[in-house]
Amino acid sequence: VYQVFESVAKKYDVMNDSMTLGIHRVWKDFLVHKMNPCPGTLLLDVAGGTGDIAFRFINYVRSVRERQLQRKLKQHQNLSWQEIFENYQEDKCNSLGDSQVVVCDINREMLKVGKQKAQHLGYSEGLSWVLGNAEELPFDDDKFDVYTIAFGIRNVTRIDLALQEAYRVLKPGGRFLCLEFSHVSNPLLSRLYDLYSFQVIPVLGEVIAGDWRSYQYLVESIRQFPPQEELKAMIEDAGFFKVDYENLNFGIVAIHSGFKL
Amino acid sequence: EEEEEVEEEELWHQLYPGHIPTSPLQKALLAAGSAFMALYDPYRHDMVAVLGETTGCLALPNLRDKMKHHPEGYRILQERPRIRLSTLDMSRLRGLPDGSLGREYVRFLEVNKVSPDTRMPPKFVDDEELAYVIQRYREVHDLMHTLLGMPTNMLGEVVVKWFEAVQTGLPMCVLGAAFGPVRLSARKLQVLATELVPWAIRSGLNASCVLNVYYEQRWEQPVESLREEIGIFPPP
Repeated sequence: VYQVFESVAKKYDVMNDSMTLGIHRVWKDFLVHKMNPCPGTLLLDVAGGTGDIAFRFINYVRSVRERQLQRKLKQHQNLSWQEIFENYQEDKCNSLGDSQVVVCDINREMLKVGKQKAQHLGYSEGLSWVLGNAEELPFDDDKFDVYTIAFGIRNVTRIDLALQEAYRVLKPGGRFLCLEFSHVSNPLLSRLYDLYSFQVIPVLGEVIAGDWRSYQYLVESIRQFPPQEELKAMIEDAGFFKVDYENLNFGIVAIHSGFKL
Repeated sequence: EEEEEVEEEELWHQLYPGHIPTSPLQKALLAAGSAFMALYDPYRHDMVAVLGETTGCLALPNLRDKMKHHPEGYRILQERPRIRLSTLDMSRLRGLPDGSLGREYVRFLEVNKVSPDTRMPPKFVDDEELAYVIQRYREVHDLMHTLLGMPTNMLGEVVVKWFEAVQTGLPMCVLGAAFGPVRLSARKLQVLATELVPWAIRSGLNASCVLNVYYEQRWEQPVESLREEIGIFPPP
């Protein structure tokens, strides 16, 4: 799996856009909206390689923070200019409201691409990049408010271990969110989806990234991944409560959610 | 592990190492995609190779039959020689007299800074013998340059493509010959159109099949004599 992603890292984003016709962006936006983070949240994004979730999280938190500040300013209509100025200074240094995201990935190349993207897009504060294995996270217990893994869990050899680790590093009250390809139950759509996956995606892989094999592997790994209910059961086994899932696009993708209580 | 499972499954359908079996739909998509990508990004030589493989279903059997019916070509099909740095004795070739095939070939490689090892192995040809034919065609390409006296710049490549198009009938060569000149300056286009292409076409038509020559056994032969034997007219 490591070698697959080493060769895939640089063209990862281009391939994602081509394969999903840009829809993956909508899925990721949806995930962060569902998360609905408030400023001060500490997020761990596992297998977050090129930073897609992390950047969306930062954007979301920033806009929530801005609205917070606006509301505060409206309330303080009678302040002197001096007080307004001080308030403004203090809040400017805190545009994220102490929110932080840690991006953890097992693959150095993916992290490298992510860091470059962050620089390019102007993301600097509240972001850290850590090399690590989802089955054995380099973090202490009870640390994070939210744990996300977007399109990463199907590449983990021992999903149960990854879920256990997720449980361990979350604070009590913390939330587990998983965005992943899942099962399409509608028979007609399933046939079309299979056709597209097996006929078109490896071709795209060859033409865009010069790598048929990695994308063939990708498509096959999606088929072998546990369907919605099974994954829900696995998450419950790890100790999470209120486990639920939501299908996107008829089950092509699903978001599973659980809480550590 | 999952990756091993995938490999084992494929081995059942794999006809040669590196072979990726493809459905007709996939071949069609690959042909279209590689054609587009080859034009969009000229550095994607792998796309040119893929285009050749996916569109060669008529031309390749043709070439293979030409080889089968020729004594030297037949021997090549049997013995399957490969032109690689590891199989070539470069120092010996360099020591050959000027004007000999071996000496000029090595000179060509050094002057243009190319190596025979950069040729892509075939992936999408669904016949093991035809896969060898296309591999042979790729490895002999540099020898074509030597015999035609053409360098590896855009102009030289286009000229060789015209020659190969006439010789092999591979759609990829035809497309390359037709679209290659798009990126040339007006002056070069003129030289191309008035002198080089007509010569390449005439030579290509006149010459016997270039894949039927066992080059590895002819290193000592003078280039001019080999040209005459095959039927390539002297370059302008």
